Amino acid sequence: MDIFSHAGDLGHGFVATLEIVLVGFVGALVIGTLIAICRISPVLPLRAFGWFYVEAFRAVPLLVLLVLCVFGLPWIGIVLSPFWSVCLGIALYAGAVVCETLRSGIRGVPFGQVEAARAIGFTFGQSLRHVVLPQAFRAMVQPFGNVFIGVVLGTSLCAAVGAQELTYATKVLSLSVGSPLVWYGCAAVLYIVVTLGSAYIFGMIERRVRFQR
Amino acid sequence: MRGVEPVLFDRPGPRGRRRIVVATVLAVLALAALLLLALRQFDVHGQLAADKWRPFTQWPIMSFLLNGLKYTILVTLLCTVISMPAGAVIALGRLSRRRWVSWPAVAFTEIFRSLPTMLLILVFLLALPPVGLNLPTIWKLAVPICLTGSATIAEVFRAGILALERGQTEAAYAIGMRYGQAMRLVILPQVIRPLLPLLLVQLINLLKDSTLGYVVTYSELLYSGKILGEYVHAPIQTYLVVAALYMIVNWLITRLAHLIERRQGRLPRFRTRRVDDATAVTAAAE
Repeated sequence: MDIFSHAGDLGHGFVATLEIVLVGFVGALVIGTLIAICRISPVLPLRAFGWFYVEAFRAVPLLVLLVLCVFGLPWIGIVLSPFWSVCLGIALYAGAVVCETLRSGIRGVPFGQVEAARAIGFTFGQSLRHVVLPQAFRAMVQPFGNVFIGVVLGTSLCAAVGAQELTYATKVLSLSVGSPLVWYGCAAVLYIVVTLGSAYIFGMIERRVRFQR
Repeated sequence: MRGVEPVLFDRPGPRGRRRIVVATVLAVLALAALLLLALRQFDVHGQLAADKWRPFTQWPIMSFLLNGLKYTILVTLLCTVISMPAGAVIALGRLSRRRWVSWPAVAFTEIFRSLPTMLLILVFLLALPPVGLNLPTIWKLAVPICLTGSATIAEVFRAGILALERGQTEAAYAIGMRYGQAMRLVILPQVIRPLLPLLLVQLINLLKDSTLGYVVTYSELLYSGKILGEYVHAPIQTYLVVAALYMIVNWLITRLAHLIERRQGRLPRFRTRRVDDATAVTAAAE
């Protein structure tokens, strides 16, 4: 049957989606951490830059950013492959979200914890390492899961700018092979498996690392 | 500055202050260099030329973009009007004790929260017309956004309802209210107010989703930008202006959300942690 002989193309699209997710998410972690460091540093221009970055990239829709990266950058001489262009767009966009996740995680640590750490003579690095970050990271697992799922769902926008991934492969297959509802059904199942699967994994991690009080 | 950040540092001494001054100078230089590099990239490829930017000072061109913004806002409001009440109803359904009500609600939220809007857009754009469901263009855009949007908003409502004290529901039952009455008269009014900032964030998400008009060729802001960019032969400039317009609108909504949040912070029941007072204490101790 036709559908089975073309299922491999859908698989290629699926793998491409996973690649974009991986590169985009890791890039977002790097960018978000750097911006978060800028935002809490005592250096005023860096703080202003961090604030501006977060406000700007949280306010602009992802599709606009992807269009700018894919169709805009070549005009100023930055020619990237579609894959790297969309990865750049996703990393820039999700970086702002990662920065806010990190910050709200650190802010969620009860105030007295820091004061207690400072009171028993911990330095800045020690109180961060032994008191603040262990608690902050635990609280951040679920929010990071949501960021990850957001990145997964965001990759489907890459189809709108012509990057090869699952949604794009689905569109091509449904136009060339026919029986579109079957293909869209398959793609939907794959997306649901990835998002619910990663939600389950992040939930498991969260339960594993949670403090037993 | 609120939160733990200020206590983490010692107040800088003379050496620390000198280091901060040096770092400030270096940061300014680095940021300026970055900006100059970006401008140079534009300049070298002729994208800073005045005639590439002049169209955006002319009213007919800008009014074309603002017209796109009008349709963006129209679609966003349409989706808001549909998916906010739908989200509230689905959340109540999910919390219902009747299986035949709660299971469909659970299935709906879990499925449509996990699907990208883009995929649904393509379904309504390419897969459904051949089998006889050919909606007008605006609905091809709005229906998928409402499907995913109401699932997300339902989860926001559910979290809000669960966060409310159980005593409220029990009190409503105790004075003889039925389930529907308790929800309508006691629970929802209390839930909506603290949720307002979060619902405004969802409004921003709906507005961001409306950029998918680019795919269904509905003339909202991004698609207008695409047409205009091809027409004036200045795509990157047009998309930058479009991005700036989106930023302004979304930034204003975010400000509004913060404003509401701050006003509500004064109400005692929504105050979670008295962070500001603690900051004041440590400041006084220094």
